[in-house]
Amino acid sequence: MTVSFDLLAMQMLTGIALGAIYALLAIGLSLIFGMLTVVNFAHGAFFMVGAMLGVYFFTLTGNFWFSLLLVPLITGGIGLVTERFLVRPLYGRGIDYPLLLTFGLSYIMIEAMRVVFGVEGIPSSTPDLLRGSVDLGFGGFPLYRLFLIVVTGAIILGLWLFLEKTRFGLIIRAGSRDPEIVKILGVDVAKVWLIVFGIGTAIAGLSGILASPTRSVNPEMGVAILAESFVVTVVGGMGSLMGAVVAGLLVGVVYSLTSLFAPALAELSIFVLMAVVLLFRPQGFFGKAGLMS
Amino acid sequence: MKELYIQLSRHRVLAVTAVLLLFPWVMPYEALAVNILIFGLFAVGYNLLFGYTGLLSFGHAAFFGIGSYFTGMSIVYLAMPWYLAIVVGVLASLVGGLLIGFLAIRTRGIYFAMVTLALGQIVYYAFYKADKWTGGENGLRGVKVAQIDIFGIQINFVDPITKYYVLLVFVVIALWFVSRVLASPFGAVIEAIRENEKRAAACGFDVMRTKLLAFVISAGICGLAGCLRALHLSIVPVDSLHYLQSGQVVMMSLLGGMGTFFGPFVGAGVLLYLEDVITTLTKHWMAIVGAIFVCFVLFFPKGIWGTILHRTERRLSITAHEELR
Repeated sequence: MTVSFDLLAMQMLTGIALGAIYALLAIGLSLIFGMLTVVNFAHGAFFMVGAMLGVYFFTLTGNFWFSLLLVPLITGGIGLVTERFLVRPLYGRGIDYPLLLTFGLSYIMIEAMRVVFGVEGIPSSTPDLLRGSVDLGFGGFPLYRLFLIVVTGAIILGLWLFLEKTRFGLIIRAGSRDPEIVKILGVDVAKVWLIVFGIGTAIAGLSGILASPTRSVNPEMGVAILAESFVVTVVGGMGSLMGAVVAGLLVGVVYSLTSLFAPALAELSIFVLMAVVLLFRPQGFFGKAGLMS
Repeated sequence: MKELYIQLSRHRVLAVTAVLLLFPWVMPYEALAVNILIFGLFAVGYNLLFGYTGLLSFGHAAFFGIGSYFTGMSIVYLAMPWYLAIVVGVLASLVGGLLIGFLAIRTRGIYFAMVTLALGQIVYYAFYKADKWTGGENGLRGVKVAQIDIFGIQINFVDPITKYYVLLVFVVIALWFVSRVLASPFGAVIEAIRENEKRAAACGFDVMRTKLLAFVISAGICGLAGCLRALHLSIVPVDSLHYLQSGQVVMMSLLGGMGTFFGPFVGAGVLLYLEDVITTLTKHWMAIVGAIFVCFVLFFPKGIWGTILHRTERRLSITAHEELR
């Protein structure tokens, strides 16, 4: 099989667009984990709720940008309620309990969406402005996927500036290193945790609506992607923003290149990638050894 | 009373066997009893790792499914007798447990759950895509065992009650094995690792090897449950490999009571019975099961059986030394 350079470049770029979604999901997971040491097993469900509500508001109002703004607020709001009333009582009770709780929560969220929107899912569409394709020199590339890459880049940049350059970002970074000291310095850590959980779930919802024009939108869409975002987090190293981005893009590219050369192995390839990384670097690319013990 | 309790927990396999012998007669229909029997064993095997070793795996559906598929494929393609097919299924799940366990125990703490989930999905996608042998999306069909022959006696395997008692023989043997493992020095070491891994290592126990062994034994028991399910259903659904199936067994263990001998069985029974009742009322049973599970995590982390045991022990003032869970 001969593959032209154009096709390869195209597939790489498609992979990067897919990887952008993975990166966003992994950032949300990592942010929550780094701060609260909670693995959010409902992250896929938040992604799904974001996509479903996003498509619903988009078809209702006809305005993609409005729902792009509204949806993260809603999923972030659900996240705030979740942290305050469900996760918070579990702090200090062992690291597995919040994980189990969020797993149960994902069942409820999936079923709630089935009740509201039905089991078949809802048809999604690309906003008019972003339809069509652009010629990048190696063939037409869908404009929406390009938009996806650019927006994700902007979100990551914004998040990085927020974490590195603002006072609140400083508190988050300090809190993920040593919450005790931050508490002693007079910071209301509980409030920071609440907000971080909210931000993480808001990003999950945002990635849901961003991904909605590129995949089928139904209540089960978060199930498979949860496993995939775990792969990204493990490959990149838990708790590392940089790791989430690099591993997200890598996993996206590996997925799309495998689907070019061996379509049957596409899903398998990213999990095998994770197994290989585990074999040689159990803490992931950017993770610190022994951090998770 | 106290003497009775201590005797019961000392002869726990006998006690459980007595309950399971009577069990199909109190269930609304026999197929549900068979289902609970199989998933009960699955949960007991899982609990060996989750409840006793303290490792939260989200990938045990892989071993359950491997057991099912290898038993099924041995019967469908190689026309093996059913008992040999079970041996093949269990061996396959032990090998699977060794491979996945070897990778998974390299990670610690919360990573373990994510990694086992992802490694389990490798098995899921591999079987899903190998549709030439596994039937892919439709599952493996035609695992027909109508008549079984035990030392020359022909037994009708289609009758659910007969099937229940045949499968029960395997379940009881497995339960005896698990009980034996838990009562051995090895059982004490895995509980030591659960309580304090660093201290266990400082005491000179090889933590990694112990964890791996616990993982493999647990995979083997779960695999056996899978083998029995293949015989029971005559098909192997591909969903039995999915991580949601792993999630279900996690739920069973917690609902029943992790780290108790009989708890997982109680959890499996309650969950499957509830599912059976709720699905007749509404098709949205997942939300109700999810809500019940969330409530248990929040308010009854000891689970149903664990709470009962805890209360009884307190009332009878049984000390930690006398209890044998």
